[in-house]
Amino acid sequence: MKAFTYERAESPAAAAAAVAARPGAKFIAGGTNLLDLMKLQIEEPVHLVDVNRLALDKIEPTPDGGLRIGALVRNTDLAADERVRRDYGVLTRAIVAGASGQLRNKATTAGNLLQRTRCPYFYDTNQPCNKRKPGSGCAAIGGYSRQLGIIGTSDACIATYPGDMAVAMRVLDATVETVQPSGSTRHIPIADFHRVWGDTPHIDTNLQPGELITAVTLPKPVGGTHIYHKVRDRASYAYALVSVAAILQRDGSGHVAIGGIAPKPWRVEAAEAALPQGAKAVATRLLAGARPRPDNAFKVPLVERTLAAVIAQAKDAA
Amino acid sequence: MSQNEFQLSRRGVIAAGTVGVAATALPAEAATPPLQDRAMTPTMPVTLKVNGRTSRLDLDTRTTLLDALREHWKLTGTKKGCDHGQCGACTVLVDGRRINSCLTLAVMHDGDEITTIEGLGKPDDLHPMQAAFIKHDGYQCGYCTPGQICSAVAVLDEIKRGVPSHVQADITAGASPTAVEMRERMSGNICRCGAYSNIIDAMSEVAGTKA
Repeated sequence: MKAFTYERAESPAAAAAAVAARPGAKFIAGGTNLLDLMKLQIEEPVHLVDVNRLALDKIEPTPDGGLRIGALVRNTDLAADERVRRDYGVLTRAIVAGASGQLRNKATTAGNLLQRTRCPYFYDTNQPCNKRKPGSGCAAIGGYSRQLGIIGTSDACIATYPGDMAVAMRVLDATVETVQPSGSTRHIPIADFHRVWGDTPHIDTNLQPGELITAVTLPKPVGGTHIYHKVRDRASYAYALVSVAAILQRDGSGHVAIGGIAPKPWRVEAAEAALPQGAKAVATRLLAGARPRPDNAFKVPLVERTLAAVIAQAKDAA
Repeated sequence: MSQNEFQLSRRGVIAAGTVGVAATALPAEAATPPLQDRAMTPTMPVTLKVNGRTSRLDLDTRTTLLDALREHWKLTGTKKGCDHGQCGACTVLVDGRRINSCLTLAVMHDGDEITTIEGLGKPDDLHPMQAAFIKHDGYQCGYCTPGQICSAVAVLDEIKRGVPSHVQADITAGASPTAVEMRERMSGNICRCGAYSNIIDAMSEVAGTKA
């Protein structure tokens, strides 16, 4: 790990200003992904601004009947919140499907959104990787791509966004609240938070330098059956090959988002109109323009089959 | 030879071996970083309450909680397995919650209360989970055991507090310490000897259920 200086932030705006003022500075909250990457010298911050003591750890109701989740609410606490379990079950389901108990105790809501890809070529510093080292090339294209993306990818990068929580937040139409170094605030719909990165895969999100996430808000509950179905190589503690977050209503309508296949939680609102026609109709629309590779072509039928399982489960539950 | 003598002599051999390698593999100037580089390595004062005892040390900001416990507090019960949060050997309790001590910085825990395997019980006054691991042979080589035991203690507490898990059919309900629940909740602790079934037996005994 490279040496760095360290400070504890006094306020969200001061934290944002501190990171903006120092090129190479970063925020640290749970640290479960950042420290892993720092040990491998994939991340080399010169200065860390610790935001852990900021008062951003509450879950509060919003005036319009939703919930405001502080950026520092730990994954365990978010999953365990009674209101989340009752009204936003897909979120609890997604969180407990990810990582381990130890990691969920440490990882934060904001940090989970910001976790970086687990593409093995991003992690292997002996390999070219446009995400790790812009312009160096992509060893994953032409490499072993079983885990990697099938849609929204580019000729520069075929990595995926690895998380589960954000897939549920996408289907819940969450909004990310931030504070800028100037102190002004911004509301970013979750749909616009992660990037389809094209030829700049080293930039994962649409956050500005120094911009700090302060909360994630959820709109008023929409009812329905909440399902998070994660398909992976082990029964526990593994990243998704494909995951489906779904909120399905009795009349057959609903919302679905897919994890494990793209640079961001993959949702195509227009595809959801086909939900009453079944999984095949939805999957065809969701994956229009997909560019699978020989190693990960299995993800195309896997998306359809996982959707079919989810639709069947919702019918049983209704 | 008593157990203590064996441990001391084994450590001595390893330490001597490390010095020997360093002396032959590196030129003298490479073994000692230039003074100006060392002076630039930032340090911070850190106060931790570890197993009930509070102390303060100046640490390199890079020091993980795991390295602080092992190298500075000299509590080597907590083990370094993968050092990347994948194996769970470094699991400790921070303010009562289990975390991977390898994936957090000591400076982030200034003022926190840490419980390691040494703080759970003593050889003549074992924690019930330690006693149950011995009774049920919940280990073979023992390397992952301190992490397994810290995690197991926290898992039973999490079930009691109603923290939900992936295997619950109804996430709005509470959980009970069934074998299926405990297996899922222990998935962040890897045992390459494969003592898993005996670990579940030990946990079941402490939880008062049948595995």
